[in-house]
Amino acid sequence: MASPFVEAQAERAPDVLARLPGAGLPWLDALRREQLEAFVREGLPGARNEAWKYTALRALERRAFLTGDAEAAARAVDISDFVLPGVDGPRLVFVHGVFRADLSSLDALPEGLRLHPLSQALVEDAEPLRFFLSRGGEQAADAFTRLNAALAGDGMVLRVAQGARIDAPVHLVQIGTPADEDLAWHARNIVELGEDASLTLIEHHVGTGPHKHLGTQVSDIVLHARAKLAWIGLQEAADGALLMRRDRVRLDANAHARVHAMELGGSLVRRELDAELRGEGARLDTRGVFLPGGRQHLDTRLDIRHVAKHTATDALWRGVADQRGRGVFHGAITVAEGADGADAALSNKNLLLSPHAEIDTQPVLEIYADEVMAAHGATVGQLDERALFYLRSRGLPAVAARTLLTLAFCRAALDDLDHEALCEHLGERLAERLPGGETAA
Amino acid sequence: MTAMLKIENLHARVEGKEILKGLSLEIGPGEVHAIMGPNGAGKSTLGNVLSGRDGYEVTEGSVTYMGQDLLALEPEERAAAGVFLAFQYPVEIPGVNNTYFLRAAYNAQRKARGESELDSMEFLKLVREKLKVMNLSTDLLNRAVNEGFSGGEKKRNEIFQMALLEPKLAILDETDSGLDIDALKQVAEGVNAQRDPQRSFLLITHYQRLLDYIEPDFVHVLADGRIVESGDKTLAHKLEEHGYAWVAEHGEPAGAA
Repeated sequence: MASPFVEAQAERAPDVLARLPGAGLPWLDALRREQLEAFVREGLPGARNEAWKYTALRALERRAFLTGDAEAAARAVDISDFVLPGVDGPRLVFVHGVFRADLSSLDALPEGLRLHPLSQALVEDAEPLRFFLSRGGEQAADAFTRLNAALAGDGMVLRVAQGARIDAPVHLVQIGTPADEDLAWHARNIVELGEDASLTLIEHHVGTGPHKHLGTQVSDIVLHARAKLAWIGLQEAADGALLMRRDRVRLDANAHARVHAMELGGSLVRRELDAELRGEGARLDTRGVFLPGGRQHLDTRLDIRHVAKHTATDALWRGVADQRGRGVFHGAITVAEGADGADAALSNKNLLLSPHAEIDTQPVLEIYADEVMAAHGATVGQLDERALFYLRSRGLPAVAARTLLTLAFCRAALDDLDHEALCEHLGERLAERLPGGETAA
Repeated sequence: MTAMLKIENLHARVEGKEILKGLSLEIGPGEVHAIMGPNGAGKSTLGNVLSGRDGYEVTEGSVTYMGQDLLALEPEERAAAGVFLAFQYPVEIPGVNNTYFLRAAYNAQRKARGESELDSMEFLKLVREKLKVMNLSTDLLNRAVNEGFSGGEKKRNEIFQMALLEPKLAILDETDSGLDIDALKQVAEGVNAQRDPQRSFLLITHYQRLLDYIEPDFVHVLADGRIVESGDKTLAHKLEEHGYAWVAEHGEPAGAA
């Protein structure tokens, strides 16, 4: 029997599908229906599913969400809710997954940058998107990816022309805001950097008041040869929000992606980053921090596949759990046969600040190639009592000393962020979230 | 004259094992006391108990500092009240900037005493003055606390922190250990520059050589958890000549030696 969650989605689906941007395109209609049917048939993954072992969906299964927000265009949101220091270039803002031209900034785009909402692209010229959208969920398909493929009608489409270097960072904002009912929204992003192109992308999830909406987001990111992407994720969704994201990154020869992430908000949040280093010399650096407190559950999954020779990964993630917070980190790196000379490093260190907090970390390294350099390590521990005493013996109150040490622990993941103003802001946001942080910052 | 620090019949345990067994000591304002003793006598335990480290259980006796019960205070309260411990092994703290740490500590102490805090410009000026005294380079300020410092730099950094925080009672826990003669002289100069009629020192050391450069008013011998002999600086020379075994015979029994 279908769960209330699946039932609620299925029940309203015909209605929702008929009104989605792009409805009426035969290939898209077929794809959406197919994905929806698969979602209804399979339901949500259960506890026996290895990939969901540490992230239980039982509570979610019993809830019903209203798909599609008819009021999204009219909901009051203030620009001060999401502006970031030093980030005032092109901006695309979505409220409950629906594009808001009034909050966005798409005038005077730099040369070489094409940026528009998916809803517009689907209506005006959907054909170039067919390749991306048709990928649906053929790999690592799960319930949320299917649901997203079926019901997402908006999102960001971003293309950087070959050789174009875009200096101003692009700000993508996904907003959740209070509503009478619990809503479900779905966003689909497509990012493509041409050969030798470069871009900084800031992906920002914001909550502007208490709510318990469910958001799903699927992003496809393609870096053609020698393209460079700096991608900074700041997730500060509302405390009650649920957020399921899957990012699929493809790197061609000598492409380089630097992915930073800060996971602060939400009640049940999962982010899956699938990366394929499929061109020789491709490189992925990823740094991130997740900070579950209260009863938050924050889950990060990296699935990085080295396919080509001389590819490199450097992943450094930190987790800090407080109160009854729960963190989950799964870092998988696969070096496929033939990816000789690959260099893969993965480190995940975690701190527990409370006896009720929990972090489960699982580094997985699979190597099928020769002459590979690989290192991985994961730890879960407490603050260094010796360091704590040292700070207190110099006069720092215990709470301030703990905050200072915790902040230092997290900052390792932000250290190499090029954007100075943003780096400082992220440091402040971190400090605010830590126990006693407001007084110490 | 009232004592700045008065330790009476102090008994302390670490992990259930009694280390201090009835230690008594009085330190007056401006006095420099040296405590010497063999390994395992309880020297470092004394420093840790006085500065409030966790894991040290006081089972008997009292410590009165400037009229108040020192043992009732948290480590940071002791610091604000003017007690400073120079660590035998200063802790490396990656990711915490030295200047930030020093200013946070300095201002936390001032705040606790109801004094105004210094802004970063004022503080930097003060730090530069104090650095000169310890002959330390300013690039040390931009590094993480003690991270990658040489042994000598770590110890000099402790004395520099002392100069900055201007305590009333400074406890130096084997600050001389692991130092070559030049570093030892620099540390001693730093300490001597801070001698003051209102500032007292407790030098905890295994060797007499530190006392060649910092002249103590009193020397005590600690053995098996209590003070078995006290005297002036000549006691240190006797120890150097005869070794700690001499104390065991000469003074009270210091356990099986």
